[in-house]
Amino acid sequence: MDVSAPPAGTPASFVSPGMIAPEPAPISTRGPIAWSRAHLFGSPFQIILTLFGLAVIYVVVPPVLRFFIFDAVFTGTGRNACLPEVIGRPVGACWPFIGAKFNQIVYGFYPEAERWRVNLVYLIGVVLLAPLMIQKVPYKRLNALLFFGAYPVAAYVLLTGGNLQLRGFLLSWVGLGPLVTTIGQAIGFSTGFWPDYVISALLVAAIAAAAAPVFAGSRKGAAKTALGAFVILGVVLAAVDINFGLPWVETRVWGGMLVTLVIAVTGIVASLPLGILLALGRRSQMPLVRIASTLFIEFWRGVPLITVLFFATYMLPLFLPGRFTIDGLLRALVGVALFASAYMAEVVRGGLQAIPKGQYEGAQALGLPGGLMMRLVVLPQALKLVIPGIVNNFIGLFKDTTLVLIVSIFDLLGVLRAAFTDPAWATPTTVVTGFGFAGLFYFVFCFGMSRYSMALEKRLDRNRRH
Amino acid sequence: MTDASLRGGEPTRRWSWTDPKLRSLVLQGLLGIFLIGMAWAILANAQANLARQGIASGFGFLDNSAGFGISQTLIPYSESMSYGRAFLVGLLNTLLVAFLGIIIATIIGFLVGVARLSDNVVIKALASAYVEVTRNLPPLFQIMFWYIAVLAALPNPRQSLGFGIQPLLNALGDGAAAIGLAPLGAALKGFAASFGTPGVFLNNRGLVIPRPLFEAGSDVVGLALVAAIVLIFVLARWAKRRRVATGQQFPVFWTSLALLIVLPLIAGAATGFPVAFEKPELKGFNFAGGIRVIPEFVALLLALSIYTAGFIAEIVRAGIVSVSKGQTEAAASLGLKPGLTMRLVVIPQAMRVIIPPLTSQYLNLTKNSTLGVAVGYPDLFAIFAGTTLNQTGQAIEIIAITMAVYLTISILTTIVMNWYNRRVALVER
Repeated sequence: MDVSAPPAGTPASFVSPGMIAPEPAPISTRGPIAWSRAHLFGSPFQIILTLFGLAVIYVVVPPVLRFFIFDAVFTGTGRNACLPEVIGRPVGACWPFIGAKFNQIVYGFYPEAERWRVNLVYLIGVVLLAPLMIQKVPYKRLNALLFFGAYPVAAYVLLTGGNLQLRGFLLSWVGLGPLVTTIGQAIGFSTGFWPDYVISALLVAAIAAAAAPVFAGSRKGAAKTALGAFVILGVVLAAVDINFGLPWVETRVWGGMLVTLVIAVTGIVASLPLGILLALGRRSQMPLVRIASTLFIEFWRGVPLITVLFFATYMLPLFLPGRFTIDGLLRALVGVALFASAYMAEVVRGGLQAIPKGQYEGAQALGLPGGLMMRLVVLPQALKLVIPGIVNNFIGLFKDTTLVLIVSIFDLLGVLRAAFTDPAWATPTTVVTGFGFAGLFYFVFCFGMSRYSMALEKRLDRNRRH
Repeated sequence: MTDASLRGGEPTRRWSWTDPKLRSLVLQGLLGIFLIGMAWAILANAQANLARQGIASGFGFLDNSAGFGISQTLIPYSESMSYGRAFLVGLLNTLLVAFLGIIIATIIGFLVGVARLSDNVVIKALASAYVEVTRNLPPLFQIMFWYIAVLAALPNPRQSLGFGIQPLLNALGDGAAAIGLAPLGAALKGFAASFGTPGVFLNNRGLVIPRPLFEAGSDVVGLALVAAIVLIFVLARWAKRRRVATGQQFPVFWTSLALLIVLPLIAGAATGFPVAFEKPELKGFNFAGGIRVIPEFVALLLALSIYTAGFIAEIVRAGIVSVSKGQTEAAASLGLKPGLTMRLVVIPQAMRVIIPPLTSQYLNLTKNSTLGVAVGYPDLFAIFAGTTLNQTGQAIEIIAITMAVYLTISILTTIVMNWYNRRVALVER
């Protein structure tokens, strides 16, 4: 028997020269049949469920499509275009109604000649918000500063017209009004506001410098901080004070989408800083601060938003000195901001609690004082964690803006409800068309935001695991 | 200070402005002064403003005659009764819609939440669509949609939509005839004719349902019902104790069901069936008999339950998903059937995750019930902060009372739910 080894390089005959081709999986576990068995017709109960589901789809989807698309009327100039007895066929949605009311839906009763201002506000908003939402775009800090700081001021000036003609600042409050007015008129202003402002700023800076050692700060630093704050505030006040030549537009004529977006954006912009402060307050070591913050948060979270709006509309004016009158929209905005900041505080608190203790201790070990520890170490991490929560809050706020129609502010839904009563468009399908449009508007915004928040959550999760 | 203590001597009690304790005291003092000052300013302003506008203050108005009618009252009420009575009527209306809404929302929410985890793609897609649509439309939008677009568009009472076995069979018969099963359709319709006319009607004036009539002896039936419920509790406790001790199962569910049906039935038979239902019937242009549920209530209840159910569905889904797969597998390896695995292993653990957010959804539903004011449902808010505020102008008292009521409901619910949550919470060994 020849038992010589096979020559090098030739495979042993008992070892297969290649991989054996895999057997196809049994028919019962692959392909459309297996799939439908697993997902549609596995058992009698499954079959009933599937049939039930299909029946529901059959009952809901075709009529909806028929109503909003196939049977819908797309052109026309009045109710006659949408009356079945006039055009001689079943009529679905009456889209010309939306077309005719579109300007109202977008601008409310904002004067036609001034609508470019609203458009500009919309445009700036999109230009600032889009890069903020895309992760890869650089300059996030500057972008956020512009969106949360400069944009509201610019939007305010554009929408109302600015030119507030401020009269006086701190000194006028303590009875020195005539004095600063004379100074102001002497140097060419019509009111004493700016001299008052400058003198007040210097005074406050001096007080801050004097009090700085009490809080273990340097006199120079305190004065600098105070002056810096006054410069920023001064820029904002100058923006609303200067006469840009824009006619004043009362908030009473605002309406529709404009009001919806103004309330939503104001709510989020105002609630973020307030919420952070409240959340820090609730976790403070100082009992009075903690109790005050907790009470504030729990109170606003415990009552319905509509009572808050009523509070702002009917009670707030009573709490202010008699000579103050607040604009109706502003009252609602105050209410929404208070309400939203309480919810925001809880979201932020969640983030603060999620930061491990080691981070606090590490910062303390480096000798960072409390304020800097929060600003440089804890808050950046905590806020990043709760971005999805903030977006979810924003969705809730966006849906809640509809409530202002109960205090007679015409938001999108309010404008539509008013439009339903227009006899020129009274058709059997007008109402459903209006609801379809408004529903689409809210759905697109809320669904879009919720998907965005989900994507963010996923990304943050991935980043955390590294 | 640290130097001194390190040296072992008495720590020098040097009085310093930079002492954190002192600083915190100063800060808190400033905050306290600020808060008190603000409260004082608010009070002073409010007093001055009220005096200037000639608005009365105090709670005396609660005894004054209200002078307005209320479209839905659970307790006797007339226009000549006091604002205090109107307040009670409103409070009961709020509680009614919140209570029913919570029950319906929970049922729909649990069904949809489980359906979202189903293997069945059709059901899963439907459930997902339900959740996305209902959660992303504002509740006020939904209330107004049901009220203005659906209920107001319903036919008048003469052409009411009937609900019951007869209309259901008729509709099925029509469906069968439409897909070419004419004999089946005819059979179904013939079968439908053997049932009585429907007892529930929906039209543009609301929902009409049968009215239960309680005759003498019905309290015995009620007592039997209560007794059955008590018995079920006792039985459940006994069965659980026996299971823990011996491992023997007892069919609690079926026994409870039997008790719940049989006991009142026996009581009813003994007293000659004292509870009857008065069927609503069309007389002229409207219904006579039965209870008419106002359309505002129907719209509000529908919208609130459907809206909240979307959130509950997500909570339930998240809760079930949160139970680790190992639990299901372990249960399967012990030989438990899927149904039992769900009931004995997954759901008890999922409940721990579900309860806290579920509570806040219940509270949200209660708070959202105030939105009924937009369609004119006479809840606490509409009666009190709406009509009463308009008539008396006493904004401070009225809004304070309204807020206090909702705060109280919130706090009570939170307390009860926290108690329940502690009971089901994981007992760490």
